[in-house]
Amino acid sequence: MSTADLNEDSEHTRRDFIHIFGAATAAVGAGAVVWPLVSQMNPDASVLALSTKDVDLSAVSEGQAIKVMWQGKPVFIRHRTAEEIEEASATSVSALKDPIARNDNLNGSEPATDENIVTGENGEARPQWLILVGVCTHLGCIPLGTTSGENRGEFNGWFCPCHGSHYDLAGRIRKGPAPENLLVPPYQFTTDSVVKIG
Amino acid sequence: MILRTLLISTIVGLAAISSANAAGGKAEKLEHQHWHFAGPFGTFDKDALQRGFQVYETVCSSCHGLEMLSFRNLGQKGGPFYLASCPAGVAEGVDCSNPNDNPVVKAIAANYKFQITDGPDDTGDMFQRPAVPSDPFPNPFANDAIARLANNNALPPDLSLMAKARHGGPDYIYSLLVGYRDTPSTVDVAPGQYYNPYFHGDMSQALKPEYIDEEGHAREGIEVPLGGVLAMAPPLQDGMIEYADGSPQTVEQYSKDVSEFLMWAAEPKMEARKSLGIMTLVYLVILAFLLYWSNRKNWSNLKK
Amino acid sequence: MSHPSTYNPSTGFEKWLDKRLPIVRMGADFMDFPTPNNLNYWWTFGGILTVCLVVQILTGVILAMHYTPHTDMAFASVEHIMRDVNYGWLMRYVHANGASMFFIAVYIHMFRGIYYGSYKAPREVVWMLGVVIYLLMMATAFMGYVLPWGQMSYWGATVITNLFSAIPLVGEDIRTLLWGGFSVDNPTLNRFFSLHYLLPFAIFGVVMLHIWGFHTSGNNNPSGIEIKDVKKDTVPFHPYYTVKDGFAIVVFLILFAAFVFFNPNALGHADNYIEANPLSTPASIVPEWYYLPFYAILRAITFDIGPISSKLGGVIAMFGSILILFVLPWLDTSKVRSMRYRPVARMWFFLFVISCIALGYLGGKPAEGTYVMFAQIFTAYYFGFFLIILPLLGIMETPKPLPRSISESVLKKTGSSAPSGSQPAPAE
Repeated sequence: MSTADLNEDSEHTRRDFIHIFGAATAAVGAGAVVWPLVSQMNPDASVLALSTKDVDLSAVSEGQAIKVMWQGKPVFIRHRTAEEIEEASATSVSALKDPIARNDNLNGSEPATDENIVTGENGEARPQWLILVGVCTHLGCIPLGTTSGENRGEFNGWFCPCHGSHYDLAGRIRKGPAPENLLVPPYQFTTDSVVKIG
Repeated sequence: MILRTLLISTIVGLAAISSANAAGGKAEKLEHQHWHFAGPFGTFDKDALQRGFQVYETVCSSCHGLEMLSFRNLGQKGGPFYLASCPAGVAEGVDCSNPNDNPVVKAIAANYKFQITDGPDDTGDMFQRPAVPSDPFPNPFANDAIARLANNNALPPDLSLMAKARHGGPDYIYSLLVGYRDTPSTVDVAPGQYYNPYFHGDMSQALKPEYIDEEGHAREGIEVPLGGVLAMAPPLQDGMIEYADGSPQTVEQYSKDVSEFLMWAAEPKMEARKSLGIMTLVYLVILAFLLYWSNRKNWSNLKK
Repeated sequence: MSHPSTYNPSTGFEKWLDKRLPIVRMGADFMDFPTPNNLNYWWTFGGILTVCLVVQILTGVILAMHYTPHTDMAFASVEHIMRDVNYGWLMRYVHANGASMFFIAVYIHMFRGIYYGSYKAPREVVWMLGVVIYLLMMATAFMGYVLPWGQMSYWGATVITNLFSAIPLVGEDIRTLLWGGFSVDNPTLNRFFSLHYLLPFAIFGVVMLHIWGFHTSGNNNPSGIEIKDVKKDTVPFHPYYTVKDGFAIVVFLILFAAFVFFNPNALGHADNYIEANPLSTPASIVPEWYYLPFYAILRAITFDIGPISSKLGGVIAMFGSILILFVLPWLDTSKVRSMRYRPVARMWFFLFVISCIALGYLGGKPAEGTYVMFAQIFTAYYFGFFLIILPLLGIMETPKPLPRSISESVLKKTGSSAPSGSQPAPAE
């Protein structure tokens, strides 16, 4: 192989290199452009600013439940009676379909005891207040049972009419297709009668 | 060659048009300031923004709204009260870089001179409550009719976009605020109206009768004063606002600070825009060189 | 497509697909399209315009996700995009400045077409489709400018829709139909939003026809001579023009980015940052810069022509100045395409470009005094160029001798065998 041939070869390599390098740089740019085009769909600053809500509970008497809107979803707040608390605490975790407390205020692996479900952000448990995101963990319908006179299901909690999921007095799934207990949102009592959700 | 000349003349023509747009009206030439945010690398001066907000809050906000902004904007990245980390005394676990949890912003909102009208409550009544960061700045007047009633039938404009809604933007705001002069002797100004050479108006309509000829024009030798009249009395006076950082407490300094603040209010994403712009331009220039070479190689291959 | 296909399906799947939907063949043939080897940088604006259209559609679809077409909320929703939406300021500034960039590119593209006679047989249909695209662009941009619902949006919409009332007999009814009411109001804003979203896809469709057209007739080229020998006169589109167009696009994007990132409001109007107020007209209503030449023509007709009022006359002149482009291929009687070989025509063309720029300048000035007179002179020249100069020149002028082929024109020009495309600067 002569020197001239070698030169020719390296010339070719350099030539290809500039094409590949140019195309690669253009591809990187195209990739970078995708980021803002997609990320614009994430919640904007005004939506993020409304991610907490204060609820005044002074008007909710024992045995009553209310529904409030938080982040576009209903939150169930039930003022439980002593008997209801007792009934919910008596249920053993081993009898549950989902043994984990789905509580955003905890680490996520705690057992679904009644106490773990009524614990707020600062670790304080207020058994009389049961606070749950009112969205069925099956396919996102709103379970019945908050308004008085509605079907509360076989376990006296909530009943989802879409596919027949039954939740108990601590929002735990007991019967039906839903895979998980009702979610507990992050919350914290700022006074004895005001709870900050989110 | 010819086409290249054409391109250049097109650009010159466009420049002429844009400068033509910028002119118009018979007002004094604006006083141009050196702004911290000028130029491709310019950023807002955080201290000036804070002082400017103080001027807005103390003086302007009595009549002018800021309705496109929420309190939380003050604490967002690039805003006057943005905190990268929490100051001492804030509970652990709070993220102060989140404008909604920023303690300074929370305090400003809670103590703001106007409260938020919320409701209806359970009895069907509207009620007043202190603002929180997510609330927009409350307007000083409940509606335009009340605003006109309180201001000699003039509507104080909202200031959210003022720095972009006038030619010259911040220079205009500055010039207007420092530019109040005594009313020239040749014109009559109605009570409750104030002369300002930077305000767009037509002073020929205000000439005293003795200076007007039969056809309604100014008499020979009589110069029509520049500018116009507005319903806003000179709002700033030396020393009226106490600056904590020792900056001069003069009308000029107040005006400059509030102009910078209003520029931020109109264009809060300016710093992000410029820094992304620098990166984009660097990338495009590199890519242009690569493609230029690539193109040359292609055609020189063809030659062989 | 007009050239024999060179695509050879290699894998089994490609063969299978090629028999059913020859889409890969279409792409391959597109890339292989024999393109004159002497195209200069003025020919890159087609690719630049395609990029502009894609950028506008992408950013526009995104803006529509956050925008509210209601008179009470439109202005605030635009500010919401600017302040709260992630990268919303970027989307909006790209879209707003993108419109201006689009028009800069389309005007250069059109002047290029006139200079090199790209509208002449057999490319009349390509040219006319181009004029259709331009008209659609004007309509789209006008309706888009109304959407932010600022003062210029509102009063621009009022003035332009009032133009239609100049039409005899049915004018008032047409105006009411456009408004959907008795003034520019919420129904108007809603329909403008709907049509502003629709028309770009119509533009996209016509662009496809436009490209199909010149892939049938073949590209024109700076010499204006048809391809004689595919081997000597042409190169495949890829990589020769993909990379060259790519380079030009990136240079164009640098200009684009300079506006978007460092002077995003330079081409806009300060009054559009004031919310629309039907009770107060701004001191001067100025359309966006790309309409200014036509605005000047509209206002240049200050006199009645027989039974035609000056108002109607202005509207006829304005629409006529665009519609005349449709018949341009038949107004130009010269047998020579490129003005490279028509020194006299080139001079008149030069004057034509100057008068267009001058009209643009005058459109931004108040319609008073000498401005009106100059606008009338340049308007007269605008129409004279098409209706008198081009038809007469074809008969009267003596063109320079034409080279026999594209390759000969290249040889003559550079004195070597290098095609002009390898020159970094525009070859003209």
